[in-house]
Amino acid sequence: MKIAVCVKQVPDTSDPDTEVHIDSSGKGVDQSKFSFVINDADNFAVEEAILLKEKHGGEVVVVNVGSEAANQVIRMALAKGGDSAVRLDDEKFAGSDPVALARILQAGIKDLGCDVVLTGCLASDDGYGAVGVALAALMEVPHAAYVKTVEVLNGTLKIGRELEGGLLEMDEISTPCVLTIQTGGNEPRYASFKGIREASKKEIKVMDLAATGLSEDQVGEAGSVAVMVQYSVPVVGELAEILEGDANETAGKLAGILKEKGLV
Amino acid sequence: MHEIFVLAEHRQGELRDINFEMLTLAGKFDSKVTTVLLGSGVDDFASKLAPFSDKVLVVDDPMFESFNALDYQAALKALIEQEKPHLVIIPNTGQGADILASLALAMEASFTSDIIGLEIEGDKPVATRAFYGGKINGRIEFKDADLYMVGLREGAIPAGEGTKSGEIVKVDNPVGATAENRKFLEYVQPEIGDVDITQSAMLVSVGRGIREDKNLPMIEDLAKLLGADVSGSRAVVDAGWLPTDRQVGISGKTVKPKLYLALGISGAFQHVTGMKGSDVVVAVNKDPDAPIFQYADYGIVDDLLKVVPAMIDKIKELKG
Repeated sequence: MKIAVCVKQVPDTSDPDTEVHIDSSGKGVDQSKFSFVINDADNFAVEEAILLKEKHGGEVVVVNVGSEAANQVIRMALAKGGDSAVRLDDEKFAGSDPVALARILQAGIKDLGCDVVLTGCLASDDGYGAVGVALAALMEVPHAAYVKTVEVLNGTLKIGRELEGGLLEMDEISTPCVLTIQTGGNEPRYASFKGIREASKKEIKVMDLAATGLSEDQVGEAGSVAVMVQYSVPVVGELAEILEGDANETAGKLAGILKEKGLV
Repeated sequence: MHEIFVLAEHRQGELRDINFEMLTLAGKFDSKVTTVLLGSGVDDFASKLAPFSDKVLVVDDPMFESFNALDYQAALKALIEQEKPHLVIIPNTGQGADILASLALAMEASFTSDIIGLEIEGDKPVATRAFYGGKINGRIEFKDADLYMVGLREGAIPAGEGTKSGEIVKVDNPVGATAENRKFLEYVQPEIGDVDITQSAMLVSVGRGIREDKNLPMIEDLAKLLGADVSGSRAVVDAGWLPTDRQVGISGKTVKPKLYLALGISGAFQHVTGMKGSDVVVAVNKDPDAPIFQYADYGIVDDLLKVVPAMIDKIKELKG
């Protein structure tokens, strides 16, 4: 089974110390204080790809659209069990919406002969949740979004899609296909020291715009159907009454409030 | 903008609330609002949607008893080609997000997903989306197209009252045969554990701020002292630190306890949607900009690992 898994490097916004400030252009954010990590859902997609390979044999190709800095997340996926990688890197790719991104990913994937393409279901930074489904449409293969369980049947896959309330919709899907992987369906492993050592020897093939065979008007903002033109700070409603003081004082005030409300 | 299509969502015999949010959004524009209802034996749904629609276009066929992205897409494509709406609103849900991008590409539509607001400027839509977990918003402009499509986030638009009386029009199923390469099998209900948090009077809920599972016992101690149950955010459940049935949010449970104590939870919309109906909400978070403080009555900007032990002491004192 040949599997491509798409990974994105994102700012670690789960860290409460990460503040998001709009830059002077209004179209970007100040990234100088960000630390970068693999997108959470993509981490589960990588694990699913490696589990499939371990169970059914085959090969895992890690695919990324990003600059050289993204090698960090690519190497980590290779250290966990990925076999090789393709990184699509060109300054013309900047500003791509999910359609343009899917087009770029497809260019990196189309000659691999994959049975299954996995992506995370949602990126934590822009949250479109649309790249995988768009990729399937461009590849003209079936897809399923928010996939939490994958089981290989005879020539097809049995998958469980997570819906609201945690309900699983079980479907059977033929290959080749694209699955967008939801978090929580597996337990992403840590890379071993041996894996990390071996990953440094694995190939990361870099493709620029010319290598993709795409034209300038198919990528970036020019190749997008919807463009983010201006960031703004959301209007917030009434905020909580903030209890001031050190932990001892705030805990005391809170205990008092709970008692007053009959909750203790 | 002559006509807007809204795709109705239903599951296991129930219309979902997002329908009325989408229809309220569509209704604020000066356009004909057509609800597209794909289902099997759905007369009741059609009559519930009619007060929010100028027309309810119904395809009543066993093929649509359950959701299948490929069949839905084929039907919508045919209906859009026939009626030529200018805008299609789809729920940004487990069902809707499974068809939005692929249908839009098939229709050569300009689209965006997970919007929280929409305006029409001139004759074109302009959307608002949240970025970086809701810390900032972005204005989305579309490339000129004959058709625009958007996916609307659940809970972003408060549903209004239905004041219309749209005609219900049944049409033949435009899809000849169900898709061969993807088939619906069955629904599997989430496991039910020892505690039903939707019935809990008080919840002590933990998020990423707990950092390691070895900090969980202190949370359990606090919950025990308060007579509360322990719940958590998706991050904590994904990490395996709490069972799935303790998850609060869109993909977990919707809870309405008397007290919801949110510890180290940033307040992503997926979580907030599941707890904003709680009576008293208290949030403890290191990040003063965490969205959870917008939904809390009382807030403490501090590390939960410092506040929780202090709270345990203070509540013990109170109880004598």
